[in-house]
Amino acid sequence: MLRWLPEDVSTFGHEIDSLFYLIYYITAVTFILVTVLMIVFLVKYREQPGRRAIYSHGNTTLEIIWTIVPAAILIVLSFMSVNTWAKVKRHAPESDFEIAVAAKQFNWEVSYAGPDGKLGTEDDVKFDNDIHVPVNKVVRVQLSAKDVIHSFFLPNLRLKQDAVPGRTILVWFEATKPGKYELPCAELCGFGHSGMKGWLYVHTPEEYKKWAEEKLTQKPQ
Amino acid sequence: MSDTVAAHAVHGHHEELGFWRTYVFSTDHKMIGRQFLFLGLFMLLIGGLLAMLIRWELAWPESPVPGLNIIPEPYIFPGEKGGGIIPPQTYNAIFTMHATLMIFFVVMPIMVGCFGNFLIPLMIGTRDMAFPKLNMLSFWVGLMSGVVMLASFFVAGGPAASGWTGYATLSARASYTGVNWGQDLWIISLILVGISSLMGSINYITTIVNMRAPGMTYFRMPLTVWSLFITAILLLLALPVLTAALAMLLFDRTMGTSFFLPEGGGEPLLWQHMFWFFGHPEVYVLVLPAMGVTSELLSTFSRKPIFGYHAMAFSMIAIAFLSWIVWGHHMFVSGMNPLLGTAFMMTTMVIAVPSAIKTFNWLGTLWGGTIRFTSPMLFALGFVSNFIIGGLSGVFMASTPVDIFIHDTYYIVAHFHYVVAGIIFALFAAVYYWFPKIFGRMMNEGLAKTHFVLTYIFFNGAFFPMHFLGVAGHMRRIYNPTQYEFLQPMQHWNVFITISALILGASQIFFLFNFFWSLFAGKKAERNPWQANTLEWTAPAPPPHGNFDVIPTVYRGPYEYSSPEVKEDWLPQDRNLGTQAAVRAH
Repeated sequence: MLRWLPEDVSTFGHEIDSLFYLIYYITAVTFILVTVLMIVFLVKYREQPGRRAIYSHGNTTLEIIWTIVPAAILIVLSFMSVNTWAKVKRHAPESDFEIAVAAKQFNWEVSYAGPDGKLGTEDDVKFDNDIHVPVNKVVRVQLSAKDVIHSFFLPNLRLKQDAVPGRTILVWFEATKPGKYELPCAELCGFGHSGMKGWLYVHTPEEYKKWAEEKLTQKPQ
Repeated sequence: MSDTVAAHAVHGHHEELGFWRTYVFSTDHKMIGRQFLFLGLFMLLIGGLLAMLIRWELAWPESPVPGLNIIPEPYIFPGEKGGGIIPPQTYNAIFTMHATLMIFFVVMPIMVGCFGNFLIPLMIGTRDMAFPKLNMLSFWVGLMSGVVMLASFFVAGGPAASGWTGYATLSARASYTGVNWGQDLWIISLILVGISSLMGSINYITTIVNMRAPGMTYFRMPLTVWSLFITAILLLLALPVLTAALAMLLFDRTMGTSFFLPEGGGEPLLWQHMFWFFGHPEVYVLVLPAMGVTSELLSTFSRKPIFGYHAMAFSMIAIAFLSWIVWGHHMFVSGMNPLLGTAFMMTTMVIAVPSAIKTFNWLGTLWGGTIRFTSPMLFALGFVSNFIIGGLSGVFMASTPVDIFIHDTYYIVAHFHYVVAGIIFALFAAVYYWFPKIFGRMMNEGLAKTHFVLTYIFFNGAFFPMHFLGVAGHMRRIYNPTQYEFLQPMQHWNVFITISALILGASQIFFLFNFFWSLFAGKKAERNPWQANTLEWTAPAPPPHGNFDVIPTVYRGPYEYSSPEVKEDWLPQDRNLGTQAAVRAH
């Protein structure tokens, strides 16, 4: 089933995917055990003439076992998840590459710092729906929304973050492979929600330099 | 207790009531239960048809649906060769109303409204609810809320289109969705639902606490009653939070307040916190009665005491407590402080444990039984099978890093349909099982089993592949998946799901036919056709106003099947073997 996961081109995606696989194996084994047991019981203990059901009200030892074992597995799983979560959502690495994305019905408005080198000023260079970044570079995104809640979803980078009106939320990623990756909105945002998408272009450093010189140094029309 | 019993004994003989008092403005808990049943089944039909439209759109986007051209523009666009094309705005309204109807007008009225009403007094051995008039009012307010909700289909702008979760700010301003009246009516209708279930839950709790028959201690109550008891407590505490949030939303929309609008200093996430603080206990409101019914039926048809009765009751109590501290798992990527995400992940992992306990105890009940594969039993087993999948798939999204990817994808849609739509199996199980008691006639077993086989196969055909879509990153609530390049290789699964869903929908004809045919022409039922132990089976079928000839005295727990004390394999709760004295309830 997990072969359908989109290609991962992020630095933290493999950690997310390995948790995904781990939970998949644990739940698959549990599912098979429980289902096989259920089928065996249904066949073996079907009503047959002359046999009477076992008169049993339960078994305390079993109750304790099947309380503690799942609890232990689940608690271990959550401790295994803590670090990856913190890495993706809590500790954004420092970087000199920072852009702003403002979501609005039904576009991603992408801003790069203009000649003054600062974001959020008059001379910011703006694009609709297209983000260009260099490969192997930490990208910090100041995510905001202008009208309703949207969700910034990069399937190939295993990244999702809601953009909330009235807040600026910092997200980060580092793409490891040049290419063109889809950027859909993942939160219902109105009649144009479906089809609200952009593209993330990951360039080699040389290509990115060329693009930046062409598009970022001159004032947009 | 004794006063209540005495008071009811005086009223034991009821005078004949007219048509209106018997069938329409009835205060009899059984008639109110039937009214809720018909309300729920009617809404199930509408909610199901809406689901078919959603599936059509996802499999064959923007292609005309046969017959839909009767609806005018701009709600439906005419297709070139007949039929009608669903526009994106209408699509959003359709899935919003599908979920709203299924949750508030199908599962709640049937599992809680119908079976809660019908079964609680009969199963605990009393003549009616504590507050019969409040009970009647609860139904009529519930019906009114349904009328208001359905009316929203006919107002300008169409019904609500901001999802059943109604996230602000989308829901808080008409200009964001283009829906004005529809969203207001949605809010008003759900406020009425809140009032209706508040009255219902007060009634259930009071009845269970005060009116149990002599000898019916808490731990001799059937697990169905336990589940409804806990459900009522959750409803009592959760629904007012939703009502408060809805009132705030209505003020934002109509009176210019800014509870959820940042331009006036409000906070969109406040809506989500309030909604899910209600919303997660609500999930258990929906699923606990299904679990109770399933426990009941597995024991009855395995002819064996339920495995771990106390574990079953205490795991439900544990769920009731834990359900208040897990709401944040709906908000991991919402912008809520990520540290809170970690805390909510821990609590969410823990709440999986009582569900696991229940599943293992169901297996333990089957072990060593003599299993009778009647139609209610098949549906109860279907519920267990779906719940195993739905329960296990929940572990994925409990893990915060994995949730980053699968949040708001079809993985979530698959998960909650296995749990919440899976309740339909318990619902059918309950209808097939208690139909003889509710209507005094048997349903046809052959049709019921055909219904089970088709429903089971095509339910899984419809919902299992949604996991695959979710793994591929397929977002929820999108109108046209072919707009996305990365989803195009998965489109054949959308077609597969839709075909399964259409057959699943069509299979329900077996149920509808069986239900209405048996209502009038089914074989007359005996008092206890399933040889079950609980008190409702000692009453006539259907029970008259006042239920019992004499209030029964309870001598034992509800699941004494295959007891060595008697020759037959069941031992009703009220049979006096002369070997033990009845324990008074208080």
